[in-house]
Amino acid sequence: MKLELRGITKSFGGLVANDHIDLVVQPGEIRALLGENGAGKTTLMNVLYGLVQPDEGEVLLDDEPVAIHSPRDAIRARIGMVHQHFMLVPVFTVAENVTLGSERVRGLATPAMNLGGLRIPPLGLPSFGLLDRRQARRDVLELSERFGLRIDPDALVEDLPVGVQQRVEIIKALLRDASVLVLDEPTAVLTPGETQDLFRIMRELRDGGRSIIFISHKLKEVQAIADTITVIRRGKVVGDRPPATSDAELAALMVGRSVQLRVSKEPAVPADVVLDVQDLNVEGERGEHSVRGLTFQVRAGEILGVAGVQGNGQTELCEALMGLRPSTGSVHLDGADLSHASTRTRLRAGIGYVPEDRSEDGLVGEFSVADNLILDVFDRPPYASGIALNLAAIRESATRRVQEYDVRTTSVLTPAGTLSGGNQQKVVVAREMGRDVKLLLVSQPTRGLDVGSIEFVHKRLVAQRDAGAAVLIVSSELDEIYALADRIAVMYEGRIVAFCPPTISEQELGLLMAGGGAAGSADASPEDGSQTPAQEPEQS
Amino acid sequence: MSDQSGAGHSVPPGATATAQDTGPPAPGEPRGRLTGSAIIQAVAEGHSAVITILAVFVALVIGGLLIVASDPVVLRAWDSFGYAPGAAFSATWTSVSSAYSALFEGSIFSPGTISAAFHGGSIAAIFYPLSLTAFEATPLILTGLSVAVAFRAGMFNIGAAGQWIGGALVATWLGYAVHLPIAAHAVVCVIGAFAGGAVIGWIVGEVKARTGAHEVILTIMLNYVMYNLLSFLLSSQSAMQAPGQTNQVAPAIAASAMLPHVGGPPPQAGVGFLIALAAAAALAWLLSRSTVGFQFRTVGASPSAARSAGIRVERVWVLAFLIAGGLAGLSAATIVQGQTQPLTFNSYGTYGFDGITVALLGRARPFGVVIAGLLFGALNGGGTLMEAATGVPADVVDVIKGLIVLLVAAPPLIRLLFRLRRSGGAGPQAVAAKGWSG
Amino acid sequence: MTALAAPVRVPITVNRRYLAAGTFIALGLIDICVFGFFAHRGDAVFALSLPGARPHLPAIRVPGAWTSFVLGAISIGLGVVRLVMDVPRWAKRLTIAGALLCFLLSLLSWTDAGNSVGPLQVIDLLQGTLTASIPLVLGALAGCMCERSGVINIAIEGQLLFGAFTAAAVASATGGVWLGLVAGSLAGGLLGALLAIFAIMFLVDQIILGVVLNVIALGLTNYLYDRVMVPYANTFNAGNTFGTIKIPVLSNIPVIGPVFFDSNIFLYITYALILVIQIGLFRTRWGLRVRAVGEHPVAADTVGIRVLWTRYRNVILGGIIAGIGGAYLTAGSVGFFTSDISSGFGYIALAAMIFGRWTPLGSVAAALLFGFSYQLQTELSSLRVPVSSFILLMAPYVATIIAVAGLVGRVRPPAADGKPYVKA
Repeated sequence: MKLELRGITKSFGGLVANDHIDLVVQPGEIRALLGENGAGKTTLMNVLYGLVQPDEGEVLLDDEPVAIHSPRDAIRARIGMVHQHFMLVPVFTVAENVTLGSERVRGLATPAMNLGGLRIPPLGLPSFGLLDRRQARRDVLELSERFGLRIDPDALVEDLPVGVQQRVEIIKALLRDASVLVLDEPTAVLTPGETQDLFRIMRELRDGGRSIIFISHKLKEVQAIADTITVIRRGKVVGDRPPATSDAELAALMVGRSVQLRVSKEPAVPADVVLDVQDLNVEGERGEHSVRGLTFQVRAGEILGVAGVQGNGQTELCEALMGLRPSTGSVHLDGADLSHASTRTRLRAGIGYVPEDRSEDGLVGEFSVADNLILDVFDRPPYASGIALNLAAIRESATRRVQEYDVRTTSVLTPAGTLSGGNQQKVVVAREMGRDVKLLLVSQPTRGLDVGSIEFVHKRLVAQRDAGAAVLIVSSELDEIYALADRIAVMYEGRIVAFCPPTISEQELGLLMAGGGAAGSADASPEDGSQTPAQEPEQS
Repeated sequence: MSDQSGAGHSVPPGATATAQDTGPPAPGEPRGRLTGSAIIQAVAEGHSAVITILAVFVALVIGGLLIVASDPVVLRAWDSFGYAPGAAFSATWTSVSSAYSALFEGSIFSPGTISAAFHGGSIAAIFYPLSLTAFEATPLILTGLSVAVAFRAGMFNIGAAGQWIGGALVATWLGYAVHLPIAAHAVVCVIGAFAGGAVIGWIVGEVKARTGAHEVILTIMLNYVMYNLLSFLLSSQSAMQAPGQTNQVAPAIAASAMLPHVGGPPPQAGVGFLIALAAAAALAWLLSRSTVGFQFRTVGASPSAARSAGIRVERVWVLAFLIAGGLAGLSAATIVQGQTQPLTFNSYGTYGFDGITVALLGRARPFGVVIAGLLFGALNGGGTLMEAATGVPADVVDVIKGLIVLLVAAPPLIRLLFRLRRSGGAGPQAVAAKGWSG
Repeated sequence: MTALAAPVRVPITVNRRYLAAGTFIALGLIDICVFGFFAHRGDAVFALSLPGARPHLPAIRVPGAWTSFVLGAISIGLGVVRLVMDVPRWAKRLTIAGALLCFLLSLLSWTDAGNSVGPLQVIDLLQGTLTASIPLVLGALAGCMCERSGVINIAIEGQLLFGAFTAAAVASATGGVWLGLVAGSLAGGLLGALLAIFAIMFLVDQIILGVVLNVIALGLTNYLYDRVMVPYANTFNAGNTFGTIKIPVLSNIPVIGPVFFDSNIFLYITYALILVIQIGLFRTRWGLRVRAVGEHPVAADTVGIRVLWTRYRNVILGGIIAGIGGAYLTAGSVGFFTSDISSGFGYIALAAMIFGRWTPLGSVAAALLFGFSYQLQTELSSLRVPVSSFILLMAPYVATIIAVAGLVGRVRPPAADGKPYVKA
């Protein structure tokens, strides 16, 4: 089906998310929407899917205008969407999730009977909406076979890895016979190998005549899969480009200025071991082991990057290191045993912690910027004497640090929740780097940030390393790992399957992230500190 | 979904929802001087104080309708509306105005007392209604503070009634079973009441902290346990039943344990009212100016962020509930030691549940709780006089109180009713919607 | 908005396996040490038929102390089983039921052993349990309806109360009990509609809302009671009640018949509602959609389910169900309305729903437990057992605290329960 968006405009408050966007997608085309975080891609697609009502503009399918006021209308118009945050009910089975909203029901029927020669035919009764679970299961199996998306219809979604959950989402759209399929940042949760699988499926669907819109902020991916790339910046379409366009040109279009793709940093000068983790085990939410037997060290003046697909134990690792989650094994910081210490003690001992979920764990949205800047030091001088808070000192230090870290806010009393993602992250970073830290534990430091903020945060992290701190970065963005890490640890299913140098090729790294290279990691690069976990910690 | 707003620092509604992306920095809160235009703007945009006043107004109107609709005189007058329309309207007006003026005279001041004062009457009588209001407000302010402190730490204290009983039992026992010099005795009883309430509150906090059980269920259940415990203790001669009694009544406490009068003998304001004001001031300081309060507010706004910042969330829960229980216990002390009647099986009345409404109306801020407590005290005190003077049951006051809180909790409805513009400013919701898992 | 609801992070400081085992063993020790050793001399007699009933079953006679010893041993045995073995889920529930049953039987044999007043009337006890449970069951079902769709309903108490008031007034004024039943259920529905509007449209915190609605319902019914019902009692509070309906054949079965099939219409409505809601929620399209809305409203929205409409409908239906429960309190039993007649049943129903893990059948089981302890208290006081009735009245609440804290401390409510759904 040919899809056309004409003059779509949508603003939230004072912010124009979409500014007269025009877009035409032909049947059998894969169109990439490339743009920074916050450029308005998702808003545009939510307009298409009826989740957001545009202020202006219209949607046309095969040159006919269609009114899309809700997802119901979108589904009826055969538009399907795989959302960035999966729209799956965790406690439902795959089959229930896939069929939800277009469930099959079965009628009750009495069996045929033969009463002494009197034959009573089966009597159909109204269905009362009773679910036909067997049919639902068959539907899922049939679709999963047809498109090579292997899946167990009876598995609970919450038990499935994210990559599989995505397959469920795709099947969901296919069950509704979508002829326009929108995929919003689908590769964020996939290994490079799984990404290739996804691309194969996308091509198959395209060749079957479907139109596909692929939303991404990753240059290489859009170059690999798209037939045409549409670049969006600050709510406006800034141009269409063929996939052969160079990285630099696309990046410049996307950001609006030429971008330095790599942070410039000097080679690391690792000194003494700061963080020493031995045989760390963590139990997950449902009693399974989500971190298994981790042993590693981080030295002063080096950045260890933990690479891996989201959901392989990285979150649990960070929380265990901070004492937020019970674990076994030992954790030493500068020789001090922190294995059983509370979060507070760990923070006091000199760990700076930038949590993965900024708005949930890193900040209190309704607190002022000033209060957020003392969230973990509020009871220490000069901010407190006894149990009394020193409001003047709190405000004075906040004003200073807001300037130092270039936090764009009208006042230090503004609620932090109203700042942009980048500025929120700057507040967190300013807080954690604002005191003497021996170890900086940073999880997904630039998730959802614009390029400017990413550059800022990256520079600060490198600066901390150069000032002699040990830095542990967990990121599912390979580009970030390559940009920052002096050494890479790859996590897969709760284990570190390999340590490798940042010179490792993306292909090899992808293989390791998929668990494929655990045995072969030795050939990643024998010198330069890349070891299998068994041999790891003995460079001194 | 992000929480809507919060105690302490308010967020423009909706701002948090869009802040994920590149939300524009919000304008600083307009905390300007109270100029004429500022007031007009505040009214037009429905700031929280305006919303509250309008909510009180709407609740009084609905209450008035209720009074009218159930007044047989008025209904008869309307039956004959066809040939005497004027009578119908005047009967309606008489019904409402007499009820509400009795309410006003019983709680704020009665013009009659002024003229009486000129003719040799008592000047103190002029202030009698206000003193009555303060007396009625005293226990409500304290239970309101109890609920408020839990709110600020992100928890819902429906158990002020049970904690009240805990305090009342200790204060009563200390009051009749222990003999001490006059001032010391009263002080010991007050401290005992705080401790008694605090123990009951502590149980809730401790169980929640250790097992994760939801405090709403725990407090509701503990209330019923305490009601029955009170009845049990007051119905056994070997426990706390007054000697020679068959009713569920405790012995009268010693005169030395009574709180001194300030405005006059009950039902006029006593030292209890000063205790309530002092507690509010102390709590205000604790919440806004101390590290303890900072922890409370952080846990209340975001337990996960608090945990990541090294705050021991469970300990905060326990401490907050301990203080909440203590404040409810103080409320009991003002009744047990401030009135002449001994403790009975239903002395707890509705102080606990009124505390919830008072805390909500006061937006969980100590100063607001004092104001809200005074308002509800006035309604309670005036309601009694209204019933005596006009025969309108005082229960209508409970409806009015409920409506006020309901309307205050729904600013969009008030804006809709009065066609106010949607303000960019703070939504006056006191407590964030969180659900069972919050 | 997080896509997959983050699981509630609760610090587990008590190992539940040991806790369950410990509780069972403690119950067993109480059976033996309290009920066994302090048993009165003589046998406990359980009468299984009402006097004059036909067919008449003989009463069961057991030695008081030994019964408690045996039951206590069984309970301890169950505790040990739980301690040493990791049993499947259904078996866990079975052990809980078993330990509770042992405790109750041993309590009963203790109370009746050597009692001069007469045998324990088992039929009375069970009948009373069932009727005492009706408002609790209906209230808990109302709670399930609301909370499965994602709206917390603390206002069950107010819905019961308002339903009771309206049912009494209408039944009395019109002389028609059926009209009273309908009016009562509609009154509950009206309060449900208020809850829905304020929770869904105005996004008021639902726990606050429920409490406030209860305050308003109490104030309003008290006011109207004083103002209208007391002065005009003959017109508005005449005390009309439903008659008893004996189900033919079934009501003649010994024990089962009089307990389950010899009551008024409310018990049969309750049976029907339990069945319909349990099957409806877990076997039908409607139920799947309701649960999706309660777990993940955004996901439901993206597949074309009308989230807000689903919630409105469920909350109002829930109110209607609670209203029927309220009507039972007046038109179904005593007939007259009195001030605060629901006396906290709504809150107990709420506890029953949570106790029953937000499922209809679980709620019913919990409600029956509460109803039983309430009825037991009545029976025991008629047997003149020297236990203060206040202590017995306390028991279900203490049990709930223990249950919520220990045995079912980690219940998982619907993920979006209490969270308003706001579209961008």
